[in-house]
Amino acid sequence: MVTFTLNGQTTTFDGDPDTPLLWVIRDFEKLTGTKYGCGVAQCGACTVHMDGFTRRSCITPISAAEGSDIVTVEGVEGKEAEAVRAAWIAIDVPQCGYCQSGQIMSAVSLLQNIPKPTDEDIDGAMAGNICRCATYHRIRAAIHNAAASMEG
Amino acid sequence: MTIQAISTTRRAFLAGSGGLVIGFTLVPKIAAFAAESGEQAGGPDELIALNTFVKVGTDNTVTVLSKHIEMGQGPFTGLATLVAEELDADWEQMRAVHSPADDKIYANLAFGLQGTGGSTSIANSYEQFRKAGATVRAMLVAAAADEWSVPASEITVEKGRVKHAGSGRESGFGALSTKAATMKPPVDVKLKDPATFTLIGQELPKLDTVSKTNGKAIFTLDIVPDNLLVAVVAHPDHFGAAVKSFDDSETRKVKGVVDVKQLPQGVAVYADNTFAALKGRSVLKVDWDLSNAETRSSEQLATDYAKALTDKGIIAADKGDVEKAFGENGLKILEAQIVFPFLAHAPMEPLDAVFIKAADGSLDVYNGAQFPGMDRNTAAKVVGLDPSKVRLNTQITGGSFGRKAQFGSPYMQEAATVYAATDRSRPVKHMWTREDDIRGGYYRPMYLHKMRGAINADGRIVAWDQAIVGQSILGKADLDSTSVEGASELPYDVPNLRVVSHNVKLAVPPLWWRSVGHTHTGFAVETFLDELFQMAGKDPVEARLQQLTEDPRYAGVLKKAAELADWGAKVPEGRQRGVAVVKSFGTYVGQVVEVSAGADGVPRVHKVWCAVDCGIAINPNVIKAQMEGGIGYGLGAVLFDAVTLGKGGSIMQSNFHDYRSIRINEMPHVEVAIIKSGERPTGVGEPGVPPVGPATANAWRRLTGSPVRSLPIVAVATS
Repeated sequence: MVTFTLNGQTTTFDGDPDTPLLWVIRDFEKLTGTKYGCGVAQCGACTVHMDGFTRRSCITPISAAEGSDIVTVEGVEGKEAEAVRAAWIAIDVPQCGYCQSGQIMSAVSLLQNIPKPTDEDIDGAMAGNICRCATYHRIRAAIHNAAASMEG
Repeated sequence: MTIQAISTTRRAFLAGSGGLVIGFTLVPKIAAFAAESGEQAGGPDELIALNTFVKVGTDNTVTVLSKHIEMGQGPFTGLATLVAEELDADWEQMRAVHSPADDKIYANLAFGLQGTGGSTSIANSYEQFRKAGATVRAMLVAAAADEWSVPASEITVEKGRVKHAGSGRESGFGALSTKAATMKPPVDVKLKDPATFTLIGQELPKLDTVSKTNGKAIFTLDIVPDNLLVAVVAHPDHFGAAVKSFDDSETRKVKGVVDVKQLPQGVAVYADNTFAALKGRSVLKVDWDLSNAETRSSEQLATDYAKALTDKGIIAADKGDVEKAFGENGLKILEAQIVFPFLAHAPMEPLDAVFIKAADGSLDVYNGAQFPGMDRNTAAKVVGLDPSKVRLNTQITGGSFGRKAQFGSPYMQEAATVYAATDRSRPVKHMWTREDDIRGGYYRPMYLHKMRGAINADGRIVAWDQAIVGQSILGKADLDSTSVEGASELPYDVPNLRVVSHNVKLAVPPLWWRSVGHTHTGFAVETFLDELFQMAGKDPVEARLQQLTEDPRYAGVLKKAAELADWGAKVPEGRQRGVAVVKSFGTYVGQVVEVSAGADGVPRVHKVWCAVDCGIAINPNVIKAQMEGGIGYGLGAVLFDAVTLGKGGSIMQSNFHDYRSIRINEMPHVEVAIIKSGERPTGVGEPGVPPVGPATANAWRRLTGSPVRSLPIVAVATS
């Protein structure tokens, strides 16, 4: 039995301890905002926050989540999350939208750590998140926009 | 709930409980709800049929039923814009959902059946959806005239408000919608003069953005009904291989694995959850029969392609006297062969489908269908139901780039076979993993282009001889226009032109890939041409302008892209620029790129200036997004991507580590200009892709002296 916090709710899982966090979140908790894209931590579509850091949930066994605080796109909040969502909407970032939960989770984490990131900071924090629609141009603009809005 | 079809030969209407509905066909209420609310579909017994095409709710919302799938390219927004324009709606009240599957009512007017592809969504819907909006407007006006006892001719509509100036009466659409549903729709409605458009041409925000920023957008993979069975299929490592035997003893020991079954497509593992299915498949042992498999490597295929050049081939273009022209004196002649690899589409959401049996024995299928009618009919045939008993509920889908548009629906064939092999008592989700996706075939085919060109002392190309070897995407034995499009109708005025097509047969299933033939013809034509102009010492923009045909729209985008880039200005040290112009699907795109050599010797594309002429611009916001995305998608493929067959024909790549996607640190800055035009609108989903590859290769050749003769530019493992 693994016990952890998911978006503030105490959650338990008593299945196969090898089950990746991704599939626990999706199949058992039915929070489907976190996506499957590759299963090998190459694309970042499954990005969640685990104890305040980005984590690829597709390669994180649930056994490693014991006692952890997990936040998904459905539960992420705070000024960075608000600024990122507002910027994503203002700039119309998403195309197909499938990777965007992971993009947003990475962007929120970036701004939590670096409130005013440079282009290089953005490259460093976001290069693990693939977008096959290649919305990168707008992702970059939206992160700068979000950072600017937090200053004001 | 009553269904009242007034006419089947023209737009009919139906009075629903919630307001005015224009349209003709049946949609399960629960599916419409799922799409509208972003919520997951509920139990199957709640399915209630109603009709929709444009729906006006009593809450003032206007919901447009998109006959085209929303996969990121923007039809929800585009089609809603067409309706809203003629309806004089307020953009805030617009909504969009997928229409049900119906090959007649929801036909793509360019195809004759329901389908999304070829960048046709806006082009084929331009009048149809405007008429739908204008019809609703007329019915709302008629309802208001009746309600207020005033002449309809005195009523105006503006930003979602119906007004009568004389009496001072006014109303939103919602309060009039129930009455409007009883009004006779006009037989013929007058559409606006484009000069008076107020919404078309505006940068309206996309309708599907908010749900894609909070995790609420529901894709097929996100449908998780209770008691769901998840299935994955073990596929072979070779195209054309079949199951000889398998050992599932370890698989069946995995907790949660429910069953294992041999199917024509491979061996299916069924489990109570996704991880159990994946784990079960990972320990499955399958022995494959390779007797009908493709066992040649990519290198052997390239050799066989070169041999095919000696075949007679099929003439795709023949103008002037090519042989004689090459014999003239004073010409510079260039020859080249360019090899293009197989390309996987790699949409973010791999192929998937969900099957839920209803209490009455009918079936709900959920998937990201580009050909929903075909997918429904395929599912119906496989499961043994009449197509009328199968509801194909199109879901928003995580990209496609052509992958989910398959004639004959081979993916649905597999998914439905997986479902049909169960006792059908449980909902079934069939999903492909990324490995299934990269290794699953239906690739942009491998091609070989053999080029020969001659340029005279004036720097004009006077002879052009091009042979193209590759699979026919349409499976044709004669000329397949998708193999030669963009080359056979060369946009340059070359007096002696020959293009020959050579079809080859492989066991690797081919498919169209975002921009189809232009993925390779655009590259071959625009790089070879550029090299010829360079041989003659000509400026690549000037030389193109001098030899482009009379169609001024080519020159328009080329000049605009050059202007944006300040072509001719000094380029920073260590950088070079390249240019290309390609028309595809009726849309003209010119691009200038600026390239340097990265630290690892890989081309680094810093900036792309793009000019697009797609006729009347419905939504510049969407058009720019498609150019930006098309540039990233095309550039990633040209730089990094190939699916290769190793020794014995086994597939070499498996996931994003060896089938690279472009990443944010590799994405150039993109600047887009849209040419103002009064021409009919054409599509934008694909045309941003073709020019970026040749423009990059042209800049790279000018920077390094090395022409790109095989793709991708960055070498990949081939053995």
